[in-house]
Amino acid sequence: MTTQFLSGTAALTGRSLRHITRSPDTIITTTIMPIAFLLLFVYVFGGAINTGSDSYVNYLLPGILLITIATGISYTAFRLFLDMKSGIFERFQSMPIARSSVLWAHVLTSLVANLISVVVVVLVALLMGFHSGAGVLDWLAVAGILMLFTLALTWLAVIPGLTAKSPDGASAFSYPLIFLPFISSAFVPTDSMPGAVRAFAENQPVTTIVNTIRDLLTQQPVGTDIWIALAWLVGILIVAYTFAMATYRRKIS
Amino acid sequence: MTTQQAPAIHVQGLEKSYKNLKVLRGVDFDVPRGSIFALLGSNGAGKTTVVKILSTLLRADAGTVSVNGLDVAMLAADVRESISLTGQFAAVDEILTGRENLVLVARLRQVKDPGAIADDLLHRFSLTDAAARKVSTYSGGMRRRLDIAMSLIGDPPVIFLDEPTTGLDPQGRIEVWQTIKQLAEHGTTVLLTTQYLDEAEQLADRIAILHQGRIIVNGTLTELKQLLPPAKVEYVEKQPTLEDVFFAIVGDNGKRDDAGQTVSVGANE
Repeated sequence: MTTQFLSGTAALTGRSLRHITRSPDTIITTTIMPIAFLLLFVYVFGGAINTGSDSYVNYLLPGILLITIATGISYTAFRLFLDMKSGIFERFQSMPIARSSVLWAHVLTSLVANLISVVVVVLVALLMGFHSGAGVLDWLAVAGILMLFTLALTWLAVIPGLTAKSPDGASAFSYPLIFLPFISSAFVPTDSMPGAVRAFAENQPVTTIVNTIRDLLTQQPVGTDIWIALAWLVGILIVAYTFAMATYRRKIS
Repeated sequence: MTTQQAPAIHVQGLEKSYKNLKVLRGVDFDVPRGSIFALLGSNGAGKTTVVKILSTLLRADAGTVSVNGLDVAMLAADVRESISLTGQFAAVDEILTGRENLVLVARLRQVKDPGAIADDLLHRFSLTDAAARKVSTYSGGMRRRLDIAMSLIGDPPVIFLDEPTTGLDPQGRIEVWQTIKQLAEHGTTVLLTTQYLDEAEQLADRIAILHQGRIIVNGTLTELKQLLPPAKVEYVEKQPTLEDVFFAIVGDNGKRDDAGQTVSVGANE
């Protein structure tokens, strides 16, 4: 069963990765909006925003990376939706393969696709003057947090991918996720916000995740933020995974 | 009874409802090994539901269903080793090439040398020239042929074809018919559903008519034709077509339906 799961997942991941290499426009589209935000906020609004940081692009990048991933996972929901609608999903389900392979292949593909998008956005930020003195370990920690973020959001994306009635429905769920960084410390420090908004911003997961990544990249002590961020990520991952799997089992039985 | 003689497909008392809608209300039939069995019925008769239950995609509410001697509810994973499903819509990956589709299925079925198997099937189904092209550029007939070729990988003893020629042009239909005939010649058991009467007439060893959740007729073409009174001798002797038989039994808005009986011709024994 384990070898069946591994070989099946490998074959199916190869398949959906090929979809991405054959239509690279999905990755480009994923990165266009975050890059536009980066340009807009650094070169248009940034001058008027006082973050207390020496360079606004350094301040902004962590939030933009989260937006990149939130955009990217909507394509995972979309690809899963297309499989569900075409006969190929039923073909896979009637074959002697581990049934969860079909989902895991999409999840792994999502990790790879988002990794590429994140690298593209970081490269653009570097061109715009982003710099960090972070060491290898700090970068690894940032990569780990972003991977966990991708994984948690991907399992969340599996749910609309399995249940949506239309392609628009499959990807629309990601809009609030893309919007969430705006009410956080991603663009401006939270202490400039009025009471209720500030309370929301400081207690929602994006702020702690953004602060942790920012501290790692600027070599500040991460404090307790990193543990709160990890707790949020693992919590969302477990809940999303449980619901996604329950939905999947309902679909296939 | 040895396993050799056990039917490839055995269905007894099969029932299935969706919410309050009773789709299958006690379906019984057997399919002998190496034969082509056609399940005939109008849209919504429940043909696809039967195929989905046989191919472990849906659970039955009641009844016994076994494929290749294996119970579909108890041994679903083993049943999947013995079957292939070609669904109503060509289950091919449009973005991959024809060859990549075949290699993918070969890898999923964990057969040896996926590349060689793919090349052999491409040749058998006259798709060698199109092997390196994306499936999205294929014609309907080519897609269906690729779809059926994908179902043959791993040599499953039982193949389900759900409306294999729906949406095909006449040329495409003939291509698919030839393929199905060849399959049965190689000893594969084929269960196909269709709403085309001539298709059942052309291909099937036995034909069953599914109507309002029950099999109301099950027999060979000759047996089915005998159901009609042979009083059709006029100036020219005119054999009833299967179409005549079908509408004579099914038609007239269910005169026979309330009786709910099965007309069994040529019993299995």
